[in-house]
Amino acid sequence: MRVVTLAGPPSSGKSAVTIKAIASLKQKGVTVGVVKFDSLSTQDQLLYEKQGVAVTTGLSGNLCPDHFFVSNVEESLAWGVENGFDLLVIESAGLCNRCAPHIQGVLAICVIDNLSGVNTPKKIGPMLKMADIVVITKGDIVSQAEREVFAHRVRQVNTNATILNVNGLTGQGGDELGRLLQGAPETTSVAGKLLRFSLPAALCSYCLGQRRIGTDFQMGNVKKMAFS
Amino acid sequence: MSTPLSKNSREESLLNLPLAELLRQSPLAGEFFPTMGLPLPPETMSPSAYFAILDGELLEDLALARESLAEQFTDYLSLLSTLQKGRDASRLESITIQGGHDKSNRQEEFSLTIRPGEIVSLVGPTGSGKSRFLADIEWLAQGDTPTGRSVLIDGVPPEPGLRFAIDRKLVAQLSQNMNFVMDLSVEEFITMHAESRMMEDIPAITRSIIALANELAGERFSPETPVTSLSGGQSRALMIADTSCLSNSPIVLIDEIENAGIDRKRAVRTLVDKRKIVLMATHDPILALMGERRLVFKNGGIAAIITTSDKERANLKLFEEMDAKLGAVRNALRNGERIEDFR
Repeated sequence: MRVVTLAGPPSSGKSAVTIKAIASLKQKGVTVGVVKFDSLSTQDQLLYEKQGVAVTTGLSGNLCPDHFFVSNVEESLAWGVENGFDLLVIESAGLCNRCAPHIQGVLAICVIDNLSGVNTPKKIGPMLKMADIVVITKGDIVSQAEREVFAHRVRQVNTNATILNVNGLTGQGGDELGRLLQGAPETTSVAGKLLRFSLPAALCSYCLGQRRIGTDFQMGNVKKMAFS
Repeated sequence: MSTPLSKNSREESLLNLPLAELLRQSPLAGEFFPTMGLPLPPETMSPSAYFAILDGELLEDLALARESLAEQFTDYLSLLSTLQKGRDASRLESITIQGGHDKSNRQEEFSLTIRPGEIVSLVGPTGSGKSRFLADIEWLAQGDTPTGRSVLIDGVPPEPGLRFAIDRKLVAQLSQNMNFVMDLSVEEFITMHAESRMMEDIPAITRSIIALANELAGERFSPETPVTSLSGGQSRALMIADTSCLSNSPIVLIDEIENAGIDRKRAVRTLVDKRKIVLMATHDPILALMGERRLVFKNGGIAAIITTSDKERANLKLFEEMDAKLGAVRNALRNGERIEDFR
């Protein structure tokens, strides 16, 4: 089974481009399964089902979404193998821009959109910088100049990625993305594999459910800002 | 993880130069540090020494790995030199599109070669295959897209790497429903684009683009005007001037230029004068007849290629008179006049 992790800021068009790529793969007889990770709720399960794509959703609820992802990724692969998919897409939102679900030896895709502004590529961490493929969406609604500047800024922070423009509405570029997904390495298990980058450090009193504000209530991994 | 020395020896040697000397040799190299969120190294320190002493906690906060910084830096320098080299290297002599098939698998019997300075019109209803045609060009189809078409550059199949070379994108698209999402003045906006293209005399090129855009647009605007408050015609004019002077892409697609507020013929001429290949999706007879040829799209394929005839060209004059007449009526309406006396 080929496996890809696909991540990007909320509403960047992850599911839309995935659906377009899957539509093109289906025509070639490739079977695809999707595992969708989100935090509170998602409508994407319906979106995928409408397209006849096998999908499982995982909601992290009150847990850190990325830690939740790592704790369940092995089982995601097992589900994919059990169902005999040719390709498994594991989709998650990079909620704090510091985390990345990308795994060594697994094709890593980051989806970002032109509307997020030309300074955004700098603000996104390993999710973008360590991706193998960067998909840029919503190119149809910004000017040609902005598209060029945006792509250039992506290239600056990730000099080696394959950059691809995909339109999640019209599907332009979806066929090409599908082709790239088919180049993902074969994997049947991720147990023992390494994340490409450590997730953000946590475990302070607030991780454990503290609600009261104030220095007296802060314990564990706490960092203070500098004010000048 | 490190790249072979032979391949990147220039970049590797820069890694060990003190910052001041590095910037003298490669002025844009310093951009690497703010791009990664890092402060600049001291002038006397080399990047490799700097990477070694950077605070571990800072790196963790920035989500950077110390052991990959040197490689990222040399990759960045390679990117700079590729971009600088690529600035003028994107010229092509011709592009050839060889027919594939339409949605019902009917074979397309054509081989179409287009050269810089030529205009080709694309006609056909929505969904007839115009976007797919452009995607085939952009993706440099080699019989591996849904249409089965193949694209040749200068008569031969392109090198595979060109497919993903985003800095050498073949097609610039000037679409109809374009917006500016940045809150910048016209001058800042063009400057930013010129910087990303590594242009040399940025103030001069910015001035000339704004002047050109003003010639194309009916209503004038100043360099200080925010891009978001430009009218549709002004935005179009600015993007055409910008694309003709700054875009690296040898092919420009224009998606229907609306009638108001822009000298349409002159705009298209501007692109042609800059030796662009102009593909124009239009049903405006005046624009469509500017093309030497027009491609007729049906059912996902090219059903016919029509060469503009002398008779059609003769009609162009008539269409222009009609257009001028309608334009005058429009102006009269705008000025609050009655429109009774137009014959």
